[in-house]
Amino acid sequence: MAHSHQASGVQSARLSASEIAENFTDLHPAYKTHEAVVAADRCYFCHDAPCMTACPTSIDIPQFIREIQGGHPESAARTILEQNILGGMCARVCPTETLCEEVCVREVAEGKPVEIGRLQRYATDALMARGVHPFERAASTGKRIAVVGAGPAGLSAAHRLAMLGHDIVLYERRAKSGGLNEFGIAAYKSTQDFAAQEVQWLLEIGGITVEYGQSLGDQLSLDALNATFDAVFLSIGLGGVNALNTSGEDLDGVRDAVEFIAELRQASDLTALPVGRDVVVIGGGMTAIDAAIQSKLLGAENVTIAYRRGRDAMGASRFEQDLAASKGVKLMFNVMPMSITGTGAVQQIELEYTQIDEGRVTGTGETVQVNADQVFKAIGQTLTGQPQALALERRKIKVDDNGKTSVMGVWAGGDCASGGDDLTVTAVAEGRDAAMDIHTSLMG
Amino acid sequence: MADLTTEFLGITSPNPFWLASAPPTDKEYNVRRAFEAGWGGVVWKTLGAEGPPVVNVNGPRYGAVWGADRRLLGLNNIELITDRPLEVNLEEITRVKKDYPDRAIIVSLMVPCEEQAWKDILPRVEATGADGIELNFGCPHGMAERGMGSAVGQVPDYIQMVTEWCKKYYSKPVIVKLTPNITDIRFPARAAKAGGADAVSLINTINSITSVNLDSMAPEPTIGGKGTHGGYCGPAVKPIAMNMVAEIARCPQTHGMPISAIGGVTTWRDAAEFIALGAGNVQVCTAAMTYGFKVVEEMISGLSAWMDEKGHASIQDFMGSAVPNVTDWQYLDLNYVTKARISEADCIQCGRCYAACEDTSHQAIAMSADRVFTVKDEDCVACNLCVNVCPVEGCITMEEIPAGETDLRTGEVVSDTHGDWTTHPNNPSVQAAE
Ligand SMILES: Cc1cc2nc3c(=O)[nH]c(=O)nc-3n(C[C@H](O)[C@H](O)[C@H](O)COP(=O)(O)OP(=O)(O)OC[C@H]3O[C@@H](n4cnc5c(N)ncnc54)[C@H](O)[C@@H]3O)c2cc1C
Ligand SMILES: Cc1cc2nc3c(=O)[nH]c(=O)nc-3n(C[C@H](O)[C@H](O)[C@H](O)COP(=O)(O)O)c2cc1C
Ligand code: SF4
Repeated sequence: MAHSHQASGVQSARLSASEIAENFTDLHPAYKTHEAVVAADRCYFCHDAPCMTACPTSIDIPQFIREIQGGHPESAARTILEQNILGGMCARVCPTETLCEEVCVREVAEGKPVEIGRLQRYATDALMARGVHPFERAASTGKRIAVVGAGPAGLSAAHRLAMLGHDIVLYERRAKSGGLNEFGIAAYKSTQDFAAQEVQWLLEIGGITVEYGQSLGDQLSLDALNATFDAVFLSIGLGGVNALNTSGEDLDGVRDAVEFIAELRQASDLTALPVGRDVVVIGGGMTAIDAAIQSKLLGAENVTIAYRRGRDAMGASRFEQDLAASKGVKLMFNVMPMSITGTGAVQQIELEYTQIDEGRVTGTGETVQVNADQVFKAIGQTLTGQPQALALERRKIKVDDNGKTSVMGVWAGGDCASGGDDLTVTAVAEGRDAAMDIHTSLMG
Repeated sequence: MADLTTEFLGITSPNPFWLASAPPTDKEYNVRRAFEAGWGGVVWKTLGAEGPPVVNVNGPRYGAVWGADRRLLGLNNIELITDRPLEVNLEEITRVKKDYPDRAIIVSLMVPCEEQAWKDILPRVEATGADGIELNFGCPHGMAERGMGSAVGQVPDYIQMVTEWCKKYYSKPVIVKLTPNITDIRFPARAAKAGGADAVSLINTINSITSVNLDSMAPEPTIGGKGTHGGYCGPAVKPIAMNMVAEIARCPQTHGMPISAIGGVTTWRDAAEFIALGAGNVQVCTAAMTYGFKVVEEMISGLSAWMDEKGHASIQDFMGSAVPNVTDWQYLDLNYVTKARISEADCIQCGRCYAACEDTSHQAIAMSADRVFTVKDEDCVACNLCVNVCPVEGCITMEEIPAGETDLRTGEVVSDTHGDWTTHPNNPSVQAAE
């Protein structure tokens, strides 16, 4: 039976299947050919283009856009994929408003950038629609490399290494590849099972054997891998989540946002996914925004993001904030959780207003009660289960510019490694660059 | 409001915008609607001699060149003159002229190059009450191969001869429409004048192939696997047409001869430019075929708004005003020195000026690490390329270096006197004269 927005508690089927389908359609729909050509025509083909510098994978953006203008989206795709093998996913999930499009001279001049992300999607979609993998492997080098973690960083490294002629074993703890592309990214950014299709397509390069259910720390040890393989690349992401350390954190209805999102991403029927009537999300990053928006899209009546600092400090971009607001999410700034209360399950959350003293958040003493039958914690992920032997830096695996860890023969990249933002595109760049360094090290 | 009323060869029309002889003027239905939409006059689609009408191809007759967002920049066609019976056209012309006495109707004609053919048709045209005739010596395809159209227009003697016949058998104004498919447009214009023409109109379409289909390996439009050159028109041809109009306007032998300018007129500004170059009115084809008859409204309102701004009460006030300033290269002042100036406030840092100058010109633009672009006066030859490639209008300008200052490139002090090639020491003929 269908419930409504107003049904209290954590309930499934707040919306009809058709409303859900409508809510979860593509955030940035694919261009039609004419639209793409018009959008491409806005590109000024800048000299030493700022967009290219802003892209963590340094895609030759003016070149690929010109190839679209010239009627060759598939060549454009090659230009993209040579730099960024997950160019299809990045086209969908990159916060372009803080990357390439932020520095587009037309954004600077007119507040209306060339829509680089959508053009990138147009190109990569065209190539992938043909179902052919565009790259070939070099002659076999006879070298074997272990890659641990099949998220964007691991996939990028594995692909590049395979292309260079090495043989790869890709170990993945879960039963599915993709990492957060598959389990984390908002559903409306990666529709129609794109993450899985992209992995499938990427693996067509050959030379990559994926072993599922293999976890570093359980079945696998770094010593053994280092002994068996010519090189090891670690890309295990951030497996843990920060705790709130607030009373009532263990009440029913209080859970980690990433876990909720993972469940949402894997649900075959979103109407069957329960969500609260009054949802409060604690945090200020992309995870908080995604949990809030998707709760709203599932039919929650009131969704509030409670962030302990001001708007400008928020990890989520202004575009993401506005997107949330446009879906009806309420953004509360300068509030932090004091206590979560309820009998058995959460019913309310008490928030205290904050002020920032020399960068530190302190309470003002003033509090506010917010109704909540569901609370999502989105206050950051942490590295867990990393091998003891590895030196850390700011709670991540310490790496140099080429991705080398403190242990000989071991490289790391992506969210688990120090340096760079926690973004899909950064993970791809780090995987690719570490692969190139591994190749240089092995081949001399 | 400026008065757009135009007197051209004694023919009055409410504005200078006439529809050129082409499909928009091929029948009564079109012409009535054009007049209702506000067009000042029409040149009726070209009539041929009595007898079975010409036949057109039954496949596509247009090719095109597009700009951004599929804006039509150039059109090419392989259509012939009217394929409707002469009698039907003449009856329609008579009826429409009667109903629209205040509009200009000119009848375009193309009959074989024999006196009898002209002698036969001209009295019948005269009987329609139309205001004048235009001799189509321009069509570059189909009719030329039958010894008409541009086949006549390319031979000045024929132009003169046919014009003389027309003046002999027809009492009203005779306009000779010129083909641009010729090396020097002044020759046919002089021939028209010698034959007694009251005016010339130009340009007709330009021989062209707009595209080649790389699958069928045939030019487009393709008819049964083959294509042929067609006539090019639309915005793309305007610069060519303007030069030809100016050449006739400033040639001592044809100066002052009325000109009806044609070629790419799309907005009021195009018309104003042609009129400044000496045209008495303009004719339009492609713009109407692209946007419909309604485009004339902006042409009318835009032209009168601009005339009001400039204080021109009538077309006459600025007609030909630019002609004295069209000159030969050899008379351009070599002592006029400019340098490019890039406005940092307007610069959006795209770097196109830098790439253009550094790669293809004079290495006269410096680029800093934080993308500030500056002109190096010691290298700038003032070519203006940076201005043209800059996407921001007005961001790069050419600044005149005043007399008395030093041109850092040549190291010479800028002179305040005119000095051109005719007096330049490097000119061999100057030395020879010394
Ligand atoms: C909710 C959410 C939304 C996001 N939205 C965006 C977005 O819109 N745009 C954007 O650019 N970025 C976004 N990000 C960030 C982005 O997803 C990550 O930066 C990116 O996925 C990092 O890639 P990775 O390969 O380093 O790690 P992950 O994607 O986390 O992949 C790690 C992989 O390693 C596996 N693994 C973990 N531990 C082990 C182990 N011990 N042994 C074996 N395998 C293991 C995991 O199962 C996983 O497959 C988002 C993140 C979250 C959480
Ligand atoms: C389809 C088509 C048919 C034409 N037919 C004639 C014609 O019969 N007689 C003629 O003198 N010019 C003809 N022209 C040329 C036009 O009258 C005009 O000279 C030319 O198109 C340039 O003007 P524009 O740039 O405004 O189109 C034709 C042009 C087109 C596009
Ligand atoms: S008007 Fe256009 S669509 Fe119609 S027949 Fe002619 S070319 Fe074809």
